[in-house]
Amino acid sequence: MKPCPSSYHALLLAGIAGLSLYAGPLAAQQPSNSTAPAAQSAPAPLPAPTTNSALKDAPKSEAAAKLAPVAALPIPTAADKLPVAKLHAPKDFKIEVYASGMTNARSLRIGDKGTVFVSSRVADKIYAITDKNGKREAKPLLTGLFRPNGIALHDGTLYIAELSQISKIDDVENHLNDSPKPQVIYSDLPKDEPHGWKFLTVGPDNRLYFNVGAPCNICMPPETHAQLRSIKLDGSDMQVVARGIRQVVGMDFSPVTKQLYFTENQRDWLSEEIPQDKLNRLANPGKDNFGFPYCHQGDIPDQEFGWGHSCDEFTKPVALLGPHSAPLGMRFYTGRMFPSEYRGAIFIARHGSWNKTKKIGGDIVVATLNKDGTVKSVKPFITGFLENNNYLGRPADLEVMKDGSLLISDDYNGAVYRVSYAPQRSSPQISERH
Amino acid sequence: MRIAIAALTMLSAAVLPAAAEQLAERLAPCFACHGEKGQSETPEVPSLGAQTAPYTLIQIYLFREKQRVFEPMNEATKGLSDDDLRDVADFIAKLPPPIPPADTADAARLDRGRALVEQYRCNICHRADLIGQENVPRLAAQREDYLVKTLRDYKSRARIGYDASMAEVLQPVGDAEIVDLAYFIARQR
Repeated sequence: MKPCPSSYHALLLAGIAGLSLYAGPLAAQQPSNSTAPAAQSAPAPLPAPTTNSALKDAPKSEAAAKLAPVAALPIPTAADKLPVAKLHAPKDFKIEVYASGMTNARSLRIGDKGTVFVSSRVADKIYAITDKNGKREAKPLLTGLFRPNGIALHDGTLYIAELSQISKIDDVENHLNDSPKPQVIYSDLPKDEPHGWKFLTVGPDNRLYFNVGAPCNICMPPETHAQLRSIKLDGSDMQVVARGIRQVVGMDFSPVTKQLYFTENQRDWLSEEIPQDKLNRLANPGKDNFGFPYCHQGDIPDQEFGWGHSCDEFTKPVALLGPHSAPLGMRFYTGRMFPSEYRGAIFIARHGSWNKTKKIGGDIVVATLNKDGTVKSVKPFITGFLENNNYLGRPADLEVMKDGSLLISDDYNGAVYRVSYAPQRSSPQISERH
Repeated sequence: MRIAIAALTMLSAAVLPAAAEQLAERLAPCFACHGEKGQSETPEVPSLGAQTAPYTLIQIYLFREKQRVFEPMNEATKGLSDDDLRDVADFIAKLPPPIPPADTADAARLDRGRALVEQYRCNICHRADLIGQENVPRLAAQREDYLVKTLRDYKSRARIGYDASMAEVLQPVGDAEIVDLAYFIARQR
């Protein structure tokens, strides 16, 4: 047996020295103190949890001990092994693999020239999918980022929300091959890891909108957390537009009312069946409070923080989306390819539960709206990511393509699918299964 | 060395004898530090035996991508293909689990550690017997010094996890508690 190199400790030192070399942008975002809920002059209600376990409400039963968050595969699944054949869509819809090979493919954005940008939460990369004369290619555009979950496009500029900073690349589609360097525009953000990843979008008011999640499963968050913020495109003029929000990983503005809708993931470990995750609507920017940590799903007071409060103090959800189902990405359908019943409806990617013995979610649901912007119905659209209580894939985000087809990211397999509609009038034998 | 290779080869001989033998040879430098038969004798270097394959795959992926920074491991994984990483993770999962130290354990410290495992619910996710599941690593009988180092690194954020789980659960855990947790966990089978 060859001995462990005697220079092991030298290597160790080299490794430590190497840290400062490798970790440039990453190190800049890592806090020296993980609790660090910035000492503010505003009276913070209570600090982040300091005395109790993050899992203190987890029950002691054997069934609960088997539950753990499901990790995305670090190695993306090969295109021919993706579960498209197991996915079910309504009649005359077709699902195909659009691109594969992108670790933890999360948020989707499409450029004016057709480039599809794909973010990641656990990998340090943002990918660009290009289509040249029918040859589609997915490759990393940026690397060395820290939890770069949020991306948005506006007037040719790509905006990137990492855990604790927002940056931009101007004219990004003309810089796909020259390793563009993002320019930081905003960094006044907490550095907490729990729910620290962001979703990013641009509003009709030409401002960037993003979340600062609660730094916990359930706790009294610092004043700086559990909120939605907006900033100007240059990073200035921060405003808190909504409060009392545990975590958001998907939002979109109504093309009709211009109001912001967003999915919100509710707390774990209360029970198998409650609380349900929510679809919210921001009707009163700057004023609405959605209830965290006092009230869950709009009508269940928290058994610790709910005392002395009523759920009636808070803005109600417009729809409930199932317990622990983890709705993430959502988009209004603005295309013309799909039948009229889908126009103006919201497609929502339910990532799927982990904090539940019998898993739910792992599907795309469609919420149709009434004229006043309330929700008429929520129905399954694409199912099949969940089989025998195991995930074959997990939908994370969606985006409508120019031709009206719908892209879906699968962050478990590291892939993007495309859903299109082509009515087959004359052949009733054609399978519904796609 | 030959004995080691033979032993390692036997473990997966039923599946892919030639490939496994080749892999065992390629892994020899790993076992120089991580120890043969899944048990590390090197300070602050983890025992790998019976580690869950999804966890190992994630770690060696992070090392290859330099998202987890430790030069010897960044070097060791440089240039490995996706299939190499998967093969290594599967191979390691089949090594025998490490054996806890044979010392006469301090009952009071064991009790403290056991209570902390309950208090901080390590036994959720890592399972009641701390053998891990899927992407959640096996902890039982891991080297005590490696456990202390790892918990401290997660807490100080010197080590960034694949996701936020460990950063979150370690927020309220004090250093003396880390030491007791490691003492207890290292002595579990």
